[in-house]
Amino acid sequence: MSLLFETTPDGVGRYIDWIWSGLAWTLSLASGAWIIALVVGTLVGVARTLPGGIWPRLGRVYVETFRNIPLLVQMFFWYFVLPEILPARLGLAIKQMDPPWSGFVPALVCLGLVTAARIAEQVRAGVQALPTGQRAAASALGFGRGGMYRLILLPQAFRIILPTLTNEFMTIFKNTSVALTIGLVELTATAREINENTFRTFEAYGVVTLVYLVIALLAWSLMYWIERSVQLPSLVSGSARK
Amino acid sequence: MISISHVSKSYGSFQVLKDCNAEVARGEVVVICGPSGSGKSTLIKTVNGLESIDAGEIKVGDFLLAPRVTHMAALRRSVGMVFQSFELFPHLSVLSNVTIAQTKVLKRPKAVAEEKARALLARVGLSAHIAKYPAQLSGGQQQRVAIARALALDPEVMLFDEPTSALDPEMVNEVLDVMTSLAKQGMTMICVTHEMGFARNVANRVLFMDGGEIVETAGAAKFFNAPASERAKAFLARILKH
Repeated sequence: MSLLFETTPDGVGRYIDWIWSGLAWTLSLASGAWIIALVVGTLVGVARTLPGGIWPRLGRVYVETFRNIPLLVQMFFWYFVLPEILPARLGLAIKQMDPPWSGFVPALVCLGLVTAARIAEQVRAGVQALPTGQRAAASALGFGRGGMYRLILLPQAFRIILPTLTNEFMTIFKNTSVALTIGLVELTATAREINENTFRTFEAYGVVTLVYLVIALLAWSLMYWIERSVQLPSLVSGSARK
Repeated sequence: MISISHVSKSYGSFQVLKDCNAEVARGEVVVICGPSGSGKSTLIKTVNGLESIDAGEIKVGDFLLAPRVTHMAALRRSVGMVFQSFELFPHLSVLSNVTIAQTKVLKRPKAVAEEKARALLARVGLSAHIAKYPAQLSGGQQQRVAIARALALDPEVMLFDEPTSALDPEMVNEVLDVMTSLAKQGMTMICVTHEMGFARNVANRVLFMDGGEIVETAGAAKFFNAPASERAKAFLARILKH
C-alpha cells in the first residue's frame, strides 16, 4: 500500500489524491443518477399501473427500451450518437463541453435512465401487490389519482420493495465504472491510470477493490437503516429481517 | 335522498345489474340482501361511483350519476363507505387513518381534523387505540375505525358493503352496535348484509336481490313475516333454517 503515498509523475500530489478524486466522481455520478432513477422510475412505474389509456403503454415502451439495451451501448449512445442526431448547434455545444463534464453528464443521464427502468418495474410490482380495496377505499374517501398514489399507494409500495431497491442502490455504484469508457476518470479509471504509471497492478486494483467494497457496505447499511426506520407492524413483507 | 332508476350494468356478456330501481329517503335504513352473486355489492358500489353503470341514472342529493360521469369528488364527499375487508391504510396510525382524508381532501386544519377524529374514535369505543397501527387491532376494532374514518367527512349517506362478513362471530356485534346507534341518530344508510337480526330490528326496508334484479322491496317486518315473492321465500327458508 506504500504506492498510495508516492508522488505522482506530474509531481502535484500523491496517488492517494487520485483515488480521492476518482472516488468523488464515482460517488457524485452514483448519487446524481440515483436521484434521476428514483424520480423517473417512480413516474414510469406509476404510469405502468394506471387503469388504461396511453400511459401504461408508454411506460412499457420506456422500460423495454432501457432495460433491453446493454449499459455500455447506451453509454456510447449518449456520448457519441446523441450529439450527432441533435440540431447542429446543440450537438456542437455538447461536444465542446470540457472534461470531466463531457463524460460526466452523458454518464449521469445514461445511468439514471437505465436504473429508472429497473426501478419502474419494482414500483409497478409494489403497487400491484397491494389489495385492490386500497384503491377503492381511497376513492371512496374522495382522493383523486394524485393523492391516492402519493399518500396511500406509494408509501405502502415503497415499503414492500425496499429490499430490492437496496439491490439497485448497490448496483448503481458498481455500474458507474462503465463511465470510464467515455472518458470519466472515476474510481476504476483511476486504478487503470495508476497501473499505467507504475505497473503495480495488484496494488492499484487492490486498493480500488477495497474502496468499492467499503462503498457497498456503507450503501447497504444506509438502506438497512432506512428499512428499519420505516418498518411497520402492518407490512411485514416490507420489513428488514436480521 | 337517493334515487336509483333503471340502472343496468354488464361485465362482458354477463349482466350483473338488470334495470334496478330503488328510492331511499333521508334518514332511512335500507338493507340489501340476497344470495351470493346476486349483484348486491355491485349495486351498492354504483351509489358512490366505485362501479360505473351502463344505463340508467342515480341521484344522490343534488348529484346526478349517469353512465360516463367521471368527476365524482362532490359525490364521494357526501357518501361514506365501509368495506367488507376494512381497507384501513396499514402504513398510517388509527388517528391518521381518520384524519388523512379530512386534511388532504377537505383541507381541514390539522387540529380540527384531529379533534373530530378523537371524538369519532371515542364514539366507536376506540379512544385507547388511537396511536396503534391497523395490524395491531382485532377485526372488529379495525371495522369500527373504518366507520369512524368514513364518518369523519360528515357524509349524508353511509354505505356498508358486508361490514361483518370478514369478522369472527364474537366481533360482529360490536360493529352492529355502532351501526345501530348510527341508524338511531338518523343517518341515511344502505347496508348489504347477511345479518338478518340487524335487518329485522334496525332496517326500515329490505331490498331483496336475485340474479341482478331487485325482486322485492318491502318493510322489514313484512319482508321477514310475509315475503311476497317465491324467490324471497326460498332465500329466507335457506338462511333462517338453523
